[in-house]
Amino acid sequence: MLDDFFIRALIAGLGIAIVTGPLGCFVIWRRLSYFGDTLAHSALLGVTLAYTLEFNIAISVFIISSLIALILIDLQKRTNLPGDALLGLLAHSSLAVGLVVIGFLTFIRFDIMGLLFGDILAVTTDDIFIIWIGGPLILIILKLIWKPLFASTVNYELAEAEGLNPDRAKAIFTILMAGIIAISIKMVGLLLITGMLIIPAAMARNISSSPQMMVIYSVIGGLLSVILGLLTSLEFNTASGPSIIAAALFLFILSLLKIKQSIKLKN
Amino acid sequence: MSSNQNILVKLKQAGLRINNKWLVKDVSLQIEKGKIVTLIGPNGSGKSTTAKIALGIYKKINGEAKKYTNKVGYVPQKISIDWTLPLRVSDFMVLTENLIEEAINDALSLTGVLHLKDKNLGDLSGGEFQRVLLARAISKKPELLVLDEPVQGVDFTGEIALYELIKKISDELNCGILLISHDLHTVMSATDHVVCLNGHVCCSGSPIEVAKNNEYKALFGEQASQILSRYEHRHDHIHTNEGKIKKN
Repeated sequence: MLDDFFIRALIAGLGIAIVTGPLGCFVIWRRLSYFGDTLAHSALLGVTLAYTLEFNIAISVFIISSLIALILIDLQKRTNLPGDALLGLLAHSSLAVGLVVIGFLTFIRFDIMGLLFGDILAVTTDDIFIIWIGGPLILIILKLIWKPLFASTVNYELAEAEGLNPDRAKAIFTILMAGIIAISIKMVGLLLITGMLIIPAAMARNISSSPQMMVIYSVIGGLLSVILGLLTSLEFNTASGPSIIAAALFLFILSLLKIKQSIKLKN
Repeated sequence: MSSNQNILVKLKQAGLRINNKWLVKDVSLQIEKGKIVTLIGPNGSGKSTTAKIALGIYKKINGEAKKYTNKVGYVPQKISIDWTLPLRVSDFMVLTENLIEEAINDALSLTGVLHLKDKNLGDLSGGEFQRVLLARAISKKPELLVLDEPVQGVDFTGEIALYELIKKISDELNCGILLISHDLHTVMSATDHVVCLNGHVCCSGSPIEVAKNNEYKALFGEQASQILSRYEHRHDHIHTNEGKIKKN
């Protein structure tokens, strides 16, 4: 069954959606969309490194993205530049350097479109392994740091004062972000990973009244987006990443109708 | 002062300097189990900063600050909550510690907001939110309570009731309380130890000692001293000082 490329993509995609659901909620709550983008853009460097050294893509992307996150934290301490400027600086320069390096690697044929927008055909059994081992690992760690991370998202000083160590939780969360980008890059593509994180979570925000509910709806939204998106991709021969994100957008628009209804009810 | 085991927080000439400006300097105080320590002082005198130093929120401080407990309840002066979070009162109650339903309900009833339990935090009024903040802080039965103007925005009758509640909590839980308040009536009547701040410690001691202090009078005016005299007179707590205070 795993021979079928579509089944492979589906299993991989569902594994990714289960993880992007809860992480995406935190990306929205903590306003980290651009941070996610920066890590994702830097992933291109990781991919080129993987090709050059004939190394596993997910692992090398994970290393490079974590490194970029560390550099960002360091720059934040050392310069007076605002956070968004630093994010832009790192995102675009690492994307540019990645593309330049690709230019030099003439001996390897690159499917740039596949890298940027995801390639349903590229998912191998190894990728499925990495997703289904890495994904649950990310979720378990997220569960362990949930309390301090969530409390400091609501209010940093409360969490710190009441002894929850929010700084450590934040650092671990950053690593988890690098992790999800590493395992989902082949499938969704590096330009669209942030979309996979925030669109289902944004949809969930529209229809939930508690944090737990938002996480659950976000996962469900992600799973539906993957199924819908991949079916579309198969049917119309479109790139897998954009198809999944477009499906997520469709669900988001549906969730707006629910808001409209509840506003009507209030009036 | 009592034995060392009772000490929850100890500041020794603690201070905080940011961008070459002292926010507060040379503060020494200690908070003990079952005692209420109050910080008073004008705006910008470093009260909230001192509370945060005591809580260990600031990492790079001058001097020494030691916290001997991790069971802490904190009501900050300002709290900005991001409304991108769908957060009900019941979710907020278990923010830093998992509590059983009964503990949540008890705390919310004590501060008079049990009926708001399922409401969205963003829909509360200022006074209601303040009551929820206080409920959350006491619900975990802390050893140390730090209350930074805990009754701001609460209606007049509620204010009195909440201060009574704070006093009761301090007795029942035998927890130490660091209170910041502008209400000198309360400070002077329900407090064990007063620290008067103005960038540094102006004076400190029992309410009566502070009220007699000239620096306190200079900061708050003659009328403020009379608050205490009226209070003392009414309740007749300390007879020896009464005559002197009356002269004010």
